Amino acid sequence: MSPLQLCVAFSSVLFAVGLTGALARSNSILVLLGIELMLNAANLNFIAFWRYSPAPSPATGVIFVIFAIAVAAAETAVGLALVISIYRHQRNIRLQEATRLKG
Amino acid sequence: MEPRVAYLWLIPALPLLAAGVGCVAPRNGRRLAAGAAIAAMLGALVLSCFALHLALADPSAHLVYNFRWFDLGNGAVRLGLLLDPLNGLMCVMVSLVGLLIFIFSLGYMDADENFTRFFCFLSLFAAAMLCVVVANSLLLLFIGWELVGLASYLLIGFWFHRPAAAAAAKKAFITTRIGDLGFLLGLVWLYDTTGSLLLYDGGNGVLESHVLGDLATQVLAGGLAASTAIGLLIFCGAVGKSGQFPLHVWLPDAMEGPTPVSALIHAATMVAAGVFLMARIFPLAAADQGLAAAPVHVLTVVAGIGAVTALMGAAIAVAQHDLKRILAFSTVSQLGYMMLALGVGSWVAAIFHLLTHAFFKALLFLGAGSVIHAAHHEQDIRNLGGLRSPMRATYATFSVGMMALTGVPFVFSGFWSKEAILHAASEWNVSHLPLYAGLAGVVLTAFYMTRLLCEVFWGAPRSPAAAHAHESPAVMTVPLVVLAVGAVALGFLGTPAWPWLQSQLTGEAVPAHSLLEGGGLMALSIVLVATGLGAGWALYGRRLRATAGADDPLAAAAPRLFAFLGARMKLDELYAATVGRLNTFAAALAVILDRWVWGGAVGFLARFGEFTGSVNRGVDEGGLNAGFDSISERIRGAGRAYSRAQTGETHGYLRALAVAFVVLALLALLGGGQ
Repeated sequence: MSPLQLCVAFSSVLFAVGLTGALARSNSILVLLGIELMLNAANLNFIAFWRYSPAPSPATGVIFVIFAIAVAAAETAVGLALVISIYRHQRNIRLQEATRLKG
Repeated sequence: MEPRVAYLWLIPALPLLAAGVGCVAPRNGRRLAAGAAIAAMLGALVLSCFALHLALADPSAHLVYNFRWFDLGNGAVRLGLLLDPLNGLMCVMVSLVGLLIFIFSLGYMDADENFTRFFCFLSLFAAAMLCVVVANSLLLLFIGWELVGLASYLLIGFWFHRPAAAAAAKKAFITTRIGDLGFLLGLVWLYDTTGSLLLYDGGNGVLESHVLGDLATQVLAGGLAASTAIGLLIFCGAVGKSGQFPLHVWLPDAMEGPTPVSALIHAATMVAAGVFLMARIFPLAAADQGLAAAPVHVLTVVAGIGAVTALMGAAIAVAQHDLKRILAFSTVSQLGYMMLALGVGSWVAAIFHLLTHAFFKALLFLGAGSVIHAAHHEQDIRNLGGLRSPMRATYATFSVGMMALTGVPFVFSGFWSKEAILHAASEWNVSHLPLYAGLAGVVLTAFYMTRLLCEVFWGAPRSPAAAHAHESPAVMTVPLVVLAVGAVALGFLGTPAWPWLQSQLTGEAVPAHSLLEGGGLMALSIVLVATGLGAGWALYGRRLRATAGADDPLAAAAPRLFAFLGARMKLDELYAATVGRLNTFAAALAVILDRWVWGGAVGFLARFGEFTGSVNRGVDEGGLNAGFDSISERIRGAGRAYSRAQTGETHGYLRALAVAFVVLALLALLGGGQ
């Protein structure tokens, strides 16, 4: 297997683990964790395809990834703030119970 | 132009001011209101004396002061003040008699709780009458005239809590208003024809020769001169105010007011206004005398009405039992004499009688007031009697008044003024009927006054109230004495031997005649007076009424005639049956029109509006609203259905994302293969 295939396989596994975590856990912090894993799988793909492309231009993949990490950090901050306010309302952070905004 | 005439307005203004003071005075400010009223009348009397003095300096002149009231269109409405011997004498008479009546009222109204209001109204009454007297414009005269009507309404209805008084006040107001309508129409017509209502205006006034000539030559349909029509219309006003037949019915009912008011109405102010008005506009009323072709002359009508009134009033007075009502009908009768004198062309005799009558009638009414005051408001002569000894001053002065009214010869003023009227009537070349009516009235007057005197003062008291009567206080008897002196002395101003009054009023020297000229007529009237007095004494004086319930001797002799006269010739009933019923019918018609015709039209419009409104609502609710409602209901349903997808379960959303991702990935793979 070429290194690119290895990287893609690894990121697929990483994505699947993140997806499973996001779908299967009821603790909302762990759901966020799963989402972060999926994001990082995508970042890994960016880096891999940039590194093993036939004529890599300088730093394009890295810049993408840095942007994505910055956005993910902001997103995590918002997510954790939401978690805290959910906790304040219902004294736990179980995602199944946070259904009060349904239509 | 005499500048002092411009201050003539002060004469009515003073009592008006006193009325204002009385109006704002507190209810217990009795001294303030009465003091202001009496002081104002005294001031008016003094000013009137000055005015008379000024007027007598040149009796033939008409001193005027005209001024602009307001502008109207291109012209201006002008009012004016006038001074000549006629209204100078009237001013003095009104303010002097008024003053005495005011002083008398101090005693008479002493116990009344509305004392201040009474003096306020009295002052207003006097002010209005003085305004009538000094006016040089018929418009100003009419303003005063209407104020006289208002004040009389207020005073007749002074005891308005008594239904009879309230009704009498209304009757007086409405009856005189009927006459005033004619007066107003006459004024409008006159203004329309001549463009002025000023009496004297340097040649352009309505009483001056060339305007009168125009009026008399304008001939209307039927050969009637314009001056005849206008004169008759104005005479309507005088008929209403001066209680002439057929509008005399209010005058006897006006007795419901306090007695000083009756004295004021009958002597100085209200009824004198009509006679004064006719004397004032005498040149206008006489303007049509030259027209031989005219179907009717104003003065003929005046004389006819006067004669009928003189005789009728005297006849009704014979059969009355109320002390004041007898005097009231005697006023009606005496006013008839005055109109008669005016009608036969001798306005001077009318004014002479007006002046003497003012004194002796005020005297009689105040004497009656003194009796009523003493007898605790007992007015029925059957229940009085025997007041001669307890009320000596009242008896003496009342007798003077009675003899002046009956025309006892030579000493009393009434004799001379009545002789002047009868003499004028005998010289009237149209008809002698007024003379005969006047002579018959003389007998009746002597008769009923004798009856009154016998029943009230002679014999024994016939009720407890009369038995306990005592003389009134000096504040009431002193005016009586002053008036009694006037009732005697005034006659000597106008005797044929010294016709001072006549020459002053006409402004020409009237030659003196021997006292015995026309002695035949004088002797006849003396005989008639004696007959009346004798008949009265024979029926009422020789055998005095024993009890209050005893039959009247005249009623025993001619019961039906007596009852007919006692019911005032049934004229009130006649009016109730004709005019009253017509009025009721018109009112009923108006109600029907109002309720069904106009009310129906309005109701129909309202129903129509209601109907269109309901149609509108149906369209709105059934059509438009239903359409919009159903559309919005569907939108809402769609929204409700859509909102079910929003479960709020985060895992569900994530699952959906994952499935969608897988599907998109598969589609990309399969599509990428192509």
